[in-house]
Amino acid sequence: MSSPANSLCGFLASSIGRKWIVAFTGLILVGFIAGHLTGNLLVFAGQDALNAYAAFLHNFLHGGAIWIARCVLLGSVVAHIYFTILLTRANRAAREQRYAVEVTQKASSGSKWMILSGLLILTFVIFHLLHYTVRVGAGFQDLPLDSEGHFDVYRMLILGFSNVWVSTFYVISIAMLSWHLSHGVSSMFQTLGISTPNTRQLFDRIALGFSVLTFAGYTSIPLAVLTGWVA
Amino acid sequence: MVSIKGQPNLLHLTLKIWRQDGPDDKGHFVDIDAPGIPTSASFLEMLDIINERLIGEGKDPVAFDHDCREGICGMCSLVINGVAHGPEKATTTCQLHMRSFKDGDTIHIEPFRAKAFPVIKDLAVDRSAFDSIIRGGGYISVRTGAAPEANNTPIPKPVADAAFDAAACIGCGACVAACKNASAMLFVAAKAGQLNSLPQGQAERTARSLGMVQAMDKAGFGNCTNQYECEAACPKEIDRSWITRLNRSYTAAFARKSLL
Ligand code: HEM
Ligand code: FES
Repeated sequence: MSSPANSLCGFLASSIGRKWIVAFTGLILVGFIAGHLTGNLLVFAGQDALNAYAAFLHNFLHGGAIWIARCVLLGSVVAHIYFTILLTRANRAAREQRYAVEVTQKASSGSKWMILSGLLILTFVIFHLLHYTVRVGAGFQDLPLDSEGHFDVYRMLILGFSNVWVSTFYVISIAMLSWHLSHGVSSMFQTLGISTPNTRQLFDRIALGFSVLTFAGYTSIPLAVLTGWVA
Repeated sequence: MVSIKGQPNLLHLTLKIWRQDGPDDKGHFVDIDAPGIPTSASFLEMLDIINERLIGEGKDPVAFDHDCREGICGMCSLVINGVAHGPEKATTTCQLHMRSFKDGDTIHIEPFRAKAFPVIKDLAVDRSAFDSIIRGGGYISVRTGAAPEANNTPIPKPVADAAFDAAACIGCGACVAACKNASAMLFVAAKAGQLNSLPQGQAERTARSLGMVQAMDKAGFGNCTNQYECEAACPKEIDRSWITRLNRSYTAAFARKSLL
């Protein structure tokens, strides 16, 4: 059924409308990636700093803020995945028969594997939430409270990353995320209609810089635990 | 036929040409031994030579699209060794010459492949989906009658130049052929952008942006994933920034129509 182009359904059924949703939810998720990293790096400022930050997140707006953030993030992830799957399927259908000789002139490797890197990120997100948010298994429940009487996030983190397999999985997943973002961030500026011939190079550099920082920042934590730098 | 290897002005090639009887035929590659191809021939003239030989042997010539043969009509197509319009940058197949190839080369020749561009026969495809997009854009309002005074509608030089860059699109469909998603965004963006840039195009700007994108989606083209293979293949070097503008004008048109 075709809906008029000027209704919300029309927008969500259109190619550009769907991509806009992917880019906008991508922007929200990128914001989260940046914020989450900044907070996590407090681990290098010591046990008190990290635990105080964690307590702040849990108590801000009487504990309401974290639920608002969780809802926004969950909604973004679901919409991002739903629309990227729709788009990817339509893209495959639009080229029924492939070329015998396939040549890539401009596309980056990251851009060609977005659905793969994305689905691997999804697997990681599920594992990560079960690991540190729901705290399934791993013995986190038995940790003593910290000196302020808060749940000891710092100790949990060290216990979690002391497992080499867990840390390896984190590093590989962060590599996937950075790969996803090396294309995703520059693509986002194009889809949202912000890029221009004069700013294009800048946005490409921002994308590269952001993915390198994401990789270096997030992997520094499990590596610091494994090497005993943070203990 | 005698081998002409070593003669500098003639090439001995192996062609792997896609043959397909019609839209419903499965199609397959046929190997054709092609000695004696002058380096001065254009790619289409090379196919003419092959067809003369096939006709001489009582065989069915290879169907391919062409018209002006001077790089301005957008009728020629072909994906040559995996690249739409072949290896030379900013060059249509009709302007590609055999001196771009080496003696002994094997050349794969395939039609533009997209669900929205069904094969008519062999290498000829039906690109009328592009016409449906142009129709989707509708009309522009102009006062008819005597020709208007040329200076009545001032257009700044940069705007005129930009609109002209977009107008350079010859609608050949190489963007669709090159895109892994068979997306028509570069074409649609150039055609919408040309009119959206100019004062004469302002009255119907909203309807045009919505209408052309809707027609594009309806025709079964894919979605742009911002990889710019289209830009690399475009014989007229249409810039990706037209796609940025279309993303912007479509979203703005939707907002204007639905929210205001
Ligand atoms: C924290 C997680 C994620 C972040 C930060 C993120 C970020 C982004 C960004 C910024 C874009 C660019 C949007 C655009 O092209 O304009 C994008 C595109 C994409 N994302 Fe994600 N993403 C995440 C998770 C996922 C997941 C779980 C999937 C799984 C299906 C996925 C699949 C895709 C695909 C297929 C595209 C390409 C869309 C296109 O090229 O048009 N992403 N992502
Ligand atoms: S035949 Fe007219 S552009 Fe090639």
